[in-house]
Amino acid sequence: MAVAWLIPAFPLVAFFLILFLGKRTPGGGAPIGIVAVAASLVVSVIILAQVASGHGPVEHSLSYFTIGGFHLEIGEYVDGLAAVMFVVVTLVSLCVQVYSTAYMHGDQRYTFFFAALSLFTGSMLNLVIADNLFQLLVGWELVGICSYLLIGHWWEEKENSSAAIKAFITTKTGDIPFLFGIFVLTFAAGTANMPEITAKALHGGLATGTLTVAALLLFGGAIGKSAQFPLHVWLPDAMAGPTPVSALIHAATMVAAGVYVVGRMFAVFAASGHALAFVGTIGSITMLIAALLALVQDDIKRVLAYSTISQLAYMVAALGLGPEGYTPGLFHLFTHAFFKALLFLASGSVIHVVHTNNMSEMGGLRKPMPVTFWAFIIGTVALAGVPPFAGFFSKDSILGAAYHSHHYAIWIVGLLTAFLTALYMTRAIFLTFSGEYRGQAHPHEAPRAMTWPMILLAFFSVTAGWLGLAHGSGFNQWVPFPGAAPEAFSFGLAAVSVAMALAGIALGSRLYAGYRERDPVLHMGALTALLVNKYFLDDLYLKGIVRPIQYGVSGVVNWTNQNILDGVVNGAAWLTRQLGAGVNGFDRAVVDGAVNEIGHGTGAAGGLLKRIQSGKVQQYAAVLFFVAAVGVLLALVFTRVR
Amino acid sequence: MIAADTVRLPFPLLFSAVLFSAGVYGVLARRNAVLVLMSIELMLNAVNVNLVAFSAYLKDQLFTGQIFALFVITVAAAEVGIGLAIVILIYRNREMINVDEVNLLKW
Repeated sequence: MAVAWLIPAFPLVAFFLILFLGKRTPGGGAPIGIVAVAASLVVSVIILAQVASGHGPVEHSLSYFTIGGFHLEIGEYVDGLAAVMFVVVTLVSLCVQVYSTAYMHGDQRYTFFFAALSLFTGSMLNLVIADNLFQLLVGWELVGICSYLLIGHWWEEKENSSAAIKAFITTKTGDIPFLFGIFVLTFAAGTANMPEITAKALHGGLATGTLTVAALLLFGGAIGKSAQFPLHVWLPDAMAGPTPVSALIHAATMVAAGVYVVGRMFAVFAASGHALAFVGTIGSITMLIAALLALVQDDIKRVLAYSTISQLAYMVAALGLGPEGYTPGLFHLFTHAFFKALLFLASGSVIHVVHTNNMSEMGGLRKPMPVTFWAFIIGTVALAGVPPFAGFFSKDSILGAAYHSHHYAIWIVGLLTAFLTALYMTRAIFLTFSGEYRGQAHPHEAPRAMTWPMILLAFFSVTAGWLGLAHGSGFNQWVPFPGAAPEAFSFGLAAVSVAMALAGIALGSRLYAGYRERDPVLHMGALTALLVNKYFLDDLYLKGIVRPIQYGVSGVVNWTNQNILDGVVNGAAWLTRQLGAGVNGFDRAVVDGAVNEIGHGTGAAGGLLKRIQSGKVQQYAAVLFFVAAVGVLLALVFTRVR
Repeated sequence: MIAADTVRLPFPLLFSAVLFSAGVYGVLARRNAVLVLMSIELMLNAVNVNLVAFSAYLKDQLFTGQIFALFVITVAAAEVGIGLAIVILIYRNREMINVDEVNLLKW
């Protein structure tokens, strides 16, 4: 398995190639990216096959920097979880990149878009392959940057750049506890190497208190990246980015990174009951509030965005159950990637054709866009959890694990959310595809480059769930947690969850089959107001946090800088100027004055003395004679005349 | 009648002093340039008398005083010649010989 490092390497190399050479190559750099990710996909499948045939986890690492006794390493750790994630990321990325050749055709930054997609893919794969926390952090941060770049792809519109900033800052708020979690864990375990930390955590080498703190801090990062309450606010706004970006990053991969990290570090979480309880609580709250929010959206992408938040919450809640929820949660991650990406690509196909995101301007698109329609249907039934589609198996395994581990609250919330999921998706389908077309454009089917990726993803949305059926093989064999006993399939529980899904579909059909001007969900009074305003959370964050910092703190800091810091500098300058004026005055008056006065004095003295020179010879002679006489007299007086 | 073979020293000296003083007064106080020159002559002659008186009194075998007096007479003559030439030139240029008014070197 020494070839696993190629998987992130291909897209990263492609990034540089596209960045520097892309514009000059035919196709604008897209073929480079597609070939690279396809190559990574091939290698990923090979690796997965090796894992499936029983190979144990493989680790290689290389220390590239040593400080004190601590080594910074770059390496790979390939186990079942990593192998599965490789396939997911490369497959979805391939579909998205092929799709983008048509969707982004003619875009002014087409080449950079593909470069950013390759960078993202490479970074995500680096995150997955990482064997130590710091390498994971590199991938983590890089995908955050790519998300920012890609959400703001059409940054000429202010709301797009604002959405990019919001996404970046909100996930960064989660990244700070994440970083400290890494520090706590590294210091406690004496190493950043994840398999070693896992081994220590499993065998009691680390204190439970430390593990709890580390787990909670790491989970902070997951809350940000995976858009859980209260940091979920960035994901709906991130829909301002192009739809392929939403499909790849905000449905299948980057947002999955938070769940992936919890899975990777699950030994740390599993050792702490408090951490698990917190994780489960956050997951439960999020899945419900997001599902409710999805119900009142007009923008089709926002429906899917809230749906993503809700499904991620399923995975988070599953992991919060403890070891029994490990495999189900990660299985749902696996299946969700396929059908959510499919749904996004299908909605992108619709948007591309009718030039609007708002479902109120759609309708009647079933006939002109059959492939898109059926793709959306398949994605929806997979999402809703209807057998034999993918979502059923993963969702049911989560609900089953919740029930059997006696977390009945999570089980109830999960069922309720399944009902709401089916309801809002049915609403979306009817508003988009049935009735009369309400818009201004000319609907037609999307081009082949867009439909073939959808068909491929639809295939996996149907079949991927079957990998979780058997207990000794398939997904359960690839991604097990030591000590977790797989529970038997319970028809009763399955029936309950299917019933909830079908009930949701039924109610949705009842309410929306024939289009009415009056949308029932928008007339639920206080609940509607609450949902339409997103529980006033955005307002809270803006007025409570952003504005005080932006105007308050920044204002104070600015005032301090202008008046105090600059004041000191200006004051010093003022003092120097005053001192200079003083010295100047002294120089002129005293120093120059003295010199000038010496001159004047000399002149005055001369003026006085010159009067002796009268020009009269007789006067000179008189003086001469007089002095000579006096001199002789004195000489006579003071000398004895001999 | 005072019968004497020689004149006693104080008398010529006194006579010389009086002449010299008169000459000094004339040099310092006269406005007319010619009168100044005359006064200078007077001084020189007074000096001559003084020199000869001492020469006689001391019965000098070399007659130093008297010979020196001859030198003084010669120099006086030359000096007066030049002096009068200057006075004549001044008169030619200014129509007057008032020494008070020859003061171009005044400050």
